[in-house]
Amino acid sequence: MNIIVCAKQVVDVSEMKVDSKTKKPILQGVPQKISDIDKNAIEEAIKIKDKHGGKITVVTVGPSDAKERIKELLAMGADEGVLISSTDKYDYRIVSSLLAEAIKKIGEYDIVLCGEASIDMFSGQVGPRVAGLLNIPQITYAQNINAEKDKTVAMRNMGDKSVTTESSYPVLITVTKEINEPRLPSLMQILGAANKPINEWSAGSLTKELQPKVETIELKGIPMQRKNIVYKDDVDDSVKKLVDSLAKEGVLR
Amino acid sequence: MVLVFSDNKNLSLELLNKGSELAKELGKNVTAVIIGESDDGLAKEYISYGADKVFIAEVDIDSFEAEKYAGILEKVLKETGAEIVLIGSNKNGKDLASRLAGRLDAGCVIDCTNLYLKDKKLTVERVVYSGNAIAVEQFNSKPSIVTIPSKVFDPLKKDDKHSGDIVKKKFDVEKSASKVLKVQEMQTGDVNVEDAEIIVSCGRGFKSKDDIKLVSELAEVLKGKTVGCSRPIAADLKWLSEDHWIGLSGHKVKPKLYVAVGISGQIQHIAGMRDSSIIVAINKDPEALIFKSADYGIVGDLYEVLPKLTSMVKDKMG
Ligand SMILES: Cc1cc2nc3c(=O)[nH]c(=O)nc-3n(C[C@H](O)[C@H](O)[C@H](O)COP(=O)(O)OP(=O)(O)OC[C@H]3O[C@@H](n4cnc5c(N)ncnc54)[C@H](O)[C@@H]3O)c2cc1C
Ligand SMILES: Cc1cc2nc3c(=O)[nH]c(=O)nc-3n(C[C@H](O)[C@H](O)[C@H](O)COP(=O)(O)OP(=O)(O)OC[C@H]3O[C@@H](n4cnc5c(N)ncnc54)[C@H](O)[C@@H]3O)c2cc1C
Repeated sequence: MNIIVCAKQVVDVSEMKVDSKTKKPILQGVPQKISDIDKNAIEEAIKIKDKHGGKITVVTVGPSDAKERIKELLAMGADEGVLISSTDKYDYRIVSSLLAEAIKKIGEYDIVLCGEASIDMFSGQVGPRVAGLLNIPQITYAQNINAEKDKTVAMRNMGDKSVTTESSYPVLITVTKEINEPRLPSLMQILGAANKPINEWSAGSLTKELQPKVETIELKGIPMQRKNIVYKDDVDDSVKKLVDSLAKEGVLR
Repeated sequence: MVLVFSDNKNLSLELLNKGSELAKELGKNVTAVIIGESDDGLAKEYISYGADKVFIAEVDIDSFEAEKYAGILEKVLKETGAEIVLIGSNKNGKDLASRLAGRLDAGCVIDCTNLYLKDKKLTVERVVYSGNAIAVEQFNSKPSIVTIPSKVFDPLKKDDKHSGDIVKKKFDVEKSASKVLKVQEMQTGDVNVEDAEIIVSCGRGFKSKDDIKLVSELAEVLKGKTVGCSRPIAADLKWLSEDHWIGLSGHKVKPKLYVAVGISGQIQHIAGMRDSSIIVAINKDPEALIFKSADYGIVGDLYEVLPKLTSMVKDKMG
């Protein structure tokens, strides 16, 4: 079974600071990591490989320092990495098109796995968009995958419904955070990953130059001001003070 | 022309409001699309809520499948020459819009909370970085595909005098290599966290499902009655149904009072409740992040604090 996992390097939003003057997020110096749910995708790929054998290729569109992040995924159990190095313009179209072209270049694949959404932009557009580009079936929001030899059955969490879908191969599947618990690689695995290949493909080698269809023209801050009054003494006292404050705020009526 | 589609009727009505506003500005029409069985009653309703035209794509499909729906919308788009496509942003709608964008190699932005024309270009806003910022994105291409969540816009006032055409066309459904085997309705309560004025939410600080009654009891005396929760409570532990789930990947709420109990305050939870007027946190860890996003907080064991708080609120409210 040949599995391709799309994994994105993202800024760690929980480490993000907001500029106190402009109220805009500070983008410089924020730590980078692999988008959380993409680790669930790798974990699921490893489970499928354990069952059927095969090969796991990780594909990332991102800057060259994303190589370090790809190594973490190789340590977890992926066999090979592909980094599609950045042009300077990115939008959903360009990222998705580059991923689709890379997948075509890899050629033999049964399953493409993505996260349900990335943790920084959280659009969930890339998975189904790539499926559309490749014209293969899409199974989104999978919370459980049963990959058999010639078909796969997945349970999709659609909020008010649970939908069980079956597909032949190739298929693109996006996974949720609940599907599994991503493993932490051992030291041996981390050292071993150094020998696994990471190929760098330039955007230009995959397609003609692409223009974005959507451009980000501004990033606005969302200020949130809170009173931050914390009662930490005796519980009875704290409860009384809280109830008084809420009464003053006019919410107890 | 502006095209509007959602598999959820109310969401379609909300999109029709924005759709007709944009259409007017462009000097064009707004068309609502119905996919499936022909339904004149529904078509007339869409017209009374602002549609200039209703396009019924008559097809034989039992349940939603993004592959098939995208194929049909692609044909409807060719037929109508629409330049803006508004799709309701539930999970089905996002899947559909994204796949359609791939099929057409078109610009697409998911989960827009504002849209307008700027320099004659469709410009949209969406929340990014888990609630830390709003990105203003502009389309430089057509068709422009946008998804809009529920409750972002109100429907127009119903106007039975508003007139419009109903067009029907039969379409064949493309064969797909996937099929739906089973659709199971998840058990849901009758909660609607998005409209609630007072919400008391629980997180992993609770030790068992039974203990959630402590939260309902407080919600009850606060006359809010609405219980919310963090993602693990709904998605991992399944102690509450997903209509209680608040956050980036759950519901976005804006009550007058939001009480977070045993919730650590990770940014993905905050993303769903940051628009609340007053936020109260109860957590035993004085360093918990939630206190940074709260107006009032109590550091303490929820099992001790909650019963006392409930009883004191009860006394106060008489
Ligand atoms: C280096 C860089 C610079 C950028 N600059 C801009 C910019 O200037 N303006 C702008 O608007 N946007 C910019 N972006 C953001 C980019 O447009 C979107 O992040 C991208 O289209 C993915 O959308 P998303 O994050 O919403 O992904 P989602 O659709 O939420 O992601 C879902 C899944 O798709 C896969 N996936 C998504 N992105 C990638 C990827 N890059 N590589 C591999 N797999 C992926 C993952 O499996 C992920 O879990 C930049 C991105 C990068 C990597
Ligand atoms: C892409 C993505 C999307 C996500 N979307 C969402 C979302 O929509 N909504 C959401 O909520 N999360 C979401 N999450 C998960 C989020 O990151 C956190 O993991 C989650 O919110 C934590 O839930 P919690 O606060 O209930 O649990 P924990 O983080 O485990 O916190 C439990 C808290 O309870 C406190 N506590 C324990 N015992 C007691 C006691 N006896 N008395 C008082 N306090 C006690 C602890 O101090 C702790 O602060 C998302 C994550 C990702 C990666």
